[in-house]
Amino acid sequence: MLPQLPRVSVLLLLSAALSVLVGCTTLQPAPSNPTAAAATPVEQPSPTAAAQPQQLTVYSGRNENLIGPLVEQFRQETGIEVSVRYGDTAEMAATILEEGKNSPADVFFAQDAGALGALAAKGRLQPLPAEILQQVDARFRDPNGRWVGASGRARVVVYNTDRVTEADLPDSIFGFTDPAWRGRVGWAPTNGSFQAMVTAMRLLHGEDAARAWLQGMIANDVKVYPNNSAIVEAVGKGEVDVGLVNHYYLYRFLAERGESFPARNYFTRAVDAGALTNIAGLGIVDTARNRDAAERFVAYMLSTAAQKYFAEKTYEYPLVAGVAADSRLRPLTELQTPNLDLSRLEDLEGTLRLLQEVGALQ
Amino acid sequence: MTTSREVAGPQTVRTIGDDAARSGAERASSVAQLDRPGDLGYARDSLPPTLTALAVGVVLLALLPLAYLLVRAAGASPAAWGLLLQPRVLAIVANSVLLTLAVTTASIALALPLAWLTTVTDLPGRRAWTVLTALPLVIPSYVGAFAVLAVFGPRGALQELLAPLGVERLPEIYGFFGAWFTLTLFTYPYVLLTLRGAWLRLDGSLEDAARILGHGPWSVWWRVTLPHLRPAIAAGGLLVALYTLSDFGAVSLMRFNAFTQAIFVQYRSSFDRSLAALLALVLVAFTLALLWAEQRTRGRARTSRAGSGSPRPVRQVVLGPWRWPALALVAGVVALGVGLPVGVSALWGVRSWATGESLTPLLRPMAHSLTAAGLAALATTAAALPIALLAARYRHPLVTWLERGSYVGNGLPGITIALSLVFFGARYAPFLYQTLPLLIFGYAVRFLPEAVGSSRASLLQVSPRLEEAARGLGLSPWRAWWRVTWPLARPGIAAGAALVFLTVMKELPITLLLGPTGFKTLATEIWSATAEAFYARAAVPALLLVLASSLSIGLLLKEHER
Repeated sequence: MLPQLPRVSVLLLLSAALSVLVGCTTLQPAPSNPTAAAATPVEQPSPTAAAQPQQLTVYSGRNENLIGPLVEQFRQETGIEVSVRYGDTAEMAATILEEGKNSPADVFFAQDAGALGALAAKGRLQPLPAEILQQVDARFRDPNGRWVGASGRARVVVYNTDRVTEADLPDSIFGFTDPAWRGRVGWAPTNGSFQAMVTAMRLLHGEDAARAWLQGMIANDVKVYPNNSAIVEAVGKGEVDVGLVNHYYLYRFLAERGESFPARNYFTRAVDAGALTNIAGLGIVDTARNRDAAERFVAYMLSTAAQKYFAEKTYEYPLVAGVAADSRLRPLTELQTPNLDLSRLEDLEGTLRLLQEVGALQ
Repeated sequence: MTTSREVAGPQTVRTIGDDAARSGAERASSVAQLDRPGDLGYARDSLPPTLTALAVGVVLLALLPLAYLLVRAAGASPAAWGLLLQPRVLAIVANSVLLTLAVTTASIALALPLAWLTTVTDLPGRRAWTVLTALPLVIPSYVGAFAVLAVFGPRGALQELLAPLGVERLPEIYGFFGAWFTLTLFTYPYVLLTLRGAWLRLDGSLEDAARILGHGPWSVWWRVTLPHLRPAIAAGGLLVALYTLSDFGAVSLMRFNAFTQAIFVQYRSSFDRSLAALLALVLVAFTLALLWAEQRTRGRARTSRAGSGSPRPVRQVVLGPWRWPALALVAGVVALGVGLPVGVSALWGVRSWATGESLTPLLRPMAHSLTAAGLAALATTAAALPIALLAARYRHPLVTWLERGSYVGNGLPGITIALSLVFFGARYAPFLYQTLPLLIFGYAVRFLPEAVGSSRASLLQVSPRLEEAARGLGLSPWRAWWRVTWPLARPGIAAGAALVFLTVMKELPITLLLGPTGFKTLATEIWSATAEAFYARAAVPALLLVLASSLSIGLLLKEHER
């Protein structure tokens, strides 16, 4: 007699059956984003769209919670079927590099200029058309035209409002090496934005100044966090009094926890590496099968609708003239960003060596 | 091999016989008393060709990540090789070794009493505790670490609670202690589940025989019970060690400088895949060293039954008044390992409700999670069986290397495995790339040891002579396996499937890089929300992950008990 069908088999058969179901729905190209579909009423693709819908694959290092609704808007307005693969920016860049010639990616949407620079340096991005590039200030795009910034992200100091007032804060992040700040500052040395800032510091102020600052911070018992949001969280709890972060995390905490969340941003007064403005941007991958749709996607991210979205929903700086940033931010035009070509941030080797040398990174 | 040699064997006390049983196995094993040539046990020379071919095929596929690492490392500059020998690299190697040893020891120390309480005692609510004590395994380590910090961190819930008593600072949680605490809390179920499988298979008459021979309870434990459980403890401990070695989420949140951090810095900051590959090869060396150590603990003891008759379950231990401290221990561990993360997620959920965050429909991610985990459990267990069978039955250099080969992927960070399959998939199997089959394949490569270890441990408890006897009665090798060995080893094999299922439920890097585009699971939903600090949106998927896993584990463990 054969043994009675055990429960484990039932469970596994069930999941196999489920998989067939799921396979039918997910293996088809371009599943729409249910989050966004729920957020905005679904419309039929406009009748002007081509009879054969175009396909586009986007690799996104930007989070679905940030750009999912925008992608859905693009799909509805153009009728182009977009599949988005979400992941960490650096891991997505590494994936495109590993995929080689068979990469399914048409567009890479990155969270920082460094990853775009790395792909461009390996010849994996194609030049963008001039009409796209010209919309954005030269500070925020590749001088060789292979990637373009879509939104800006400023380095700021987040501080706990119960323990510090803005008047107590130094003009520049160089002031945090003062013994008065001993054990009161948080940073995230493994974070890409932080490393970009240190790269800028080396380029603007020289290797020795950057080393001296890093050593001074470590000697001053700076607290290490894994990322920006952990720093904002820690500042809100009073675990540290101030933290070195990107500007927009705070506004998400305020939206979620309410205005009573005891932390605010401080834009440093000095024009130095501590006031660097980095970008999130896009490039078209060299193996893109659908260049036309890819260009339309990149152009869409620079459209007024998208730029407004970045300003209002992700609290970033719009980079195309004519769209204002969130009123709580210092306007981009007034932001005293250091004069630095962002494409020079792509080489992080020296920064990593320096961070390792001083013991900020292992 | 003869029965007399068995009895003369070192290590374990053999049963004299148990006349209570009436089953096919009994008839089979009484035939096994005959001294037959062609014994299946511990053949040193010839391996069965079909099984060996299957195992070799599986291991070759499982070694793809290693092949990728060698390809990438070959492209490393000579300067990169020098970087490997820097003192700071050696320091983080030491950090990782220390953490791995400490977490493994603590996990075994925690899992032993829990397994004992939930298998052989009359602990009140034993079945519920069985499921609950296994659940910490499904908590993604970054969620677990986050929850631990929310309570025990500076200005965490505990400090706020103690603040009226004048407690200004708690002992530092960051660093070694936090990493050790978090990883132990969320990985001990590896030992617990493999151990339960073995304990349920343990023949109670062995312990009875030892008692009759005049051994006290401690002596029985040390000389009979523990030696029989040792393969399972070692198998579970090895999984804990490899998980600790490859973990990034918990160590980074706890700010402990482990070796994986160095690898992530290469991928994330400098896009240097060659140097990352060199560093990952160091992890492969670690893994081999751990396997060597584990194999040393195996010794030459045999743990299968030698006597006739079918095994009798181990006698239930009546706890009496001891059930209260026992309950306190089990409840305490469950409160920390399950209650803490669930509580923190629930808090996120309350916040999201308060701020009017829409709770998006999560049926599809849940279906994806269950599908992927179910298929991965099935595929991985099937792939593991040939290796486990060979490893349990044959002593042969090839078998040793096959088993080691199957473990290589488990000590590597998920991102390394994922990128290696991106490399091979996109280049050589574009028709499979970013499809469900390749995703399942990726899981199988990464989690193969979880099924191999547990299956091997349970197969070791089934005497090869039972199967041999069945063949003597005229069954083909496959039918003998199906009718005799499989039913006896099934609880342990099911435990292995459960391990794979639970770890796939929370797996992230392989899912993100290899899944079909748009394939969302509960784990990717949690990651998507927490990565950008949208904690409120992480609540529902986190709670669903725990709920779906507990239902599934409940089903699997019932199977386990039969």
